[in-house]
Amino acid sequence: MDITPCRFGTSDQSLETIPIAVEFSGGLELLFSNQRKHQISLPTKDEDGQTANVAFLVQYLCQHLMKDRRKELFVMGGTVRPGILVLINDADWELEGENSYELQNGDNVLFVSTLHGG
Amino acid sequence: MAPTPCALCHTSRALIIRPKNHQKLCKTCFVTIFETEIHNTITANSLFHRGERIAIGASGGKDSTVLASVLKTLDERHDYGLDLVLLSIDEGIKGYRDDSLETVKRNALQYEMPLEIVGYDELYGWTMDQVVEQIGKKGNCTYCGVFRRQALDRGAARLGIKHVVTGHNADDIAETLMMNLLRGDLPRLARATGIVTDSTASEIKRSKPLKYAYEKEIVLYAHHKGLDYFTTECIYSPEAFRGSARTLIKNLERIRPSAILDVVRSGEDMAKLVPEGVGGGSKRAKDVVVIDGEEEGPGGCGSANGRASGGEMAAMEQKLRDDEKAQENEVEITVSTLNGQRHEGTNTVPKQPRTKAPRTMPKQQMGNCSRCGYLSSQAICKACMLLEGLNKNRPKMQIQVGVDEEDNSPTLTRRMEGLTIPPG
Repeated sequence: MDITPCRFGTSDQSLETIPIAVEFSGGLELLFSNQRKHQISLPTKDEDGQTANVAFLVQYLCQHLMKDRRKELFVMGGTVRPGILVLINDADWELEGENSYELQNGDNVLFVSTLHGG
Repeated sequence: MAPTPCALCHTSRALIIRPKNHQKLCKTCFVTIFETEIHNTITANSLFHRGERIAIGASGGKDSTVLASVLKTLDERHDYGLDLVLLSIDEGIKGYRDDSLETVKRNALQYEMPLEIVGYDELYGWTMDQVVEQIGKKGNCTYCGVFRRQALDRGAARLGIKHVVTGHNADDIAETLMMNLLRGDLPRLARATGIVTDSTASEIKRSKPLKYAYEKEIVLYAHHKGLDYFTTECIYSPEAFRGSARTLIKNLERIRPSAILDVVRSGEDMAKLVPEGVGGGSKRAKDVVVIDGEEEGPGGCGSANGRASGGEMAAMEQKLRDDEKAQENEVEITVSTLNGQRHEGTNTVPKQPRTKAPRTMPKQQMGNCSRCGYLSSQAICKACMLLEGLNKNRPKMQIQVGVDEEDNSPTLTRRMEGLTIPPG
């Protein structure tokens, strides 16, 4: 397994975090340091004290994990760009409540782009 | 949220929600229904016959990989009796195609299919890397598209195969339809919906078994089956990613997933309304329109072989821009074709404002290109025309050929006849 520890650890945070695995494929990995799988420690609460959900995760990834400046290739209108599939533990995020799904310890979230040429 | 059970088997946990009908399915039921629907498309349209040899246009990308996997599965399950071969085009793009070809080579082993690779360098004497080195990145997709079309046919011919299947999916077709609708291109609107492309511009039949398959489901199928496919953008067409028809279709899908198939079905209905002479139903009209054997437009830009995607969109955007600037273009040609002002006054191309109407379809006879012998409606086929431009080091030519594929080539020929280009 090519799991690399996340660079954005909890050292500077007093907040609690949960470990989750984030994967990018279908060309999206190119926007994330050309690395398919990332282990991250996600704060359990967002800045407003709400439990971390997918919307927060996407925003977090954009701010902390994505080095590429072309944010619009991942996020559009405050959510994941249409044409990018989101699978939470292999299930379509539409079955899990999409942005409002609250992340659990050890969740695996996969973002697959369908936008790239085959 | 409590796990939702599969709507079909009622036992396993649903992982997929189908775009076309919101059905919630488990992995196994999804894989089965996806394959079954493609089987239904194949049988309803009588795409294949027993013993037929089929070349699968394989790029190593998701669509063609899924197509190869599904066709192998269905051929075994339903005993189609097909002889399946992978046919790949090597455009000669380092850092892109050489990597994706490695994927195709692995697929050939995984699916136990023979693989034929046809290279632009062997066919045309130019790799795309060399073409781009000469003409720059702008407009290179035109070359790639024209070359690819012929290359697939030639590859099939080399194998003695008369039927090539490509991985075009419902999203691709919806995008193409929107583009053709928006630019009022009736002949292409009529043709884009067809599941089989059959024309005298080519002896090779083309078909699209994934025509009704959502791109989303293709990606999910590849994911859940663990298929080995390649994803990278063509290094020469990064803008293909942002194609606006593509974005529109994906936005529609987000609002109402069934929209994609609705667009495809509407396109089929509209195609029936296109008058015969314009290139819709009649075989003859088709023959005339597909003069350059390029009814799918330049399908370059790293999409599945011939697959309509961003590249076509880029081509359309280019066309729209060029239409707006038709006048400017004329000026460009006058200047650029001369390689300097030495010949001013003697060789100046007369300004011929491009008239849109009346757009008469020239009655053309299919013959063979006098250079390469390939089927062509013109004395010299389009690939040879582009090659001549490359070989004579006249980069601007590509814009004219790429812009008005259907009615401009004769004009171009006239212009070229009127020119004498100093050697070198």
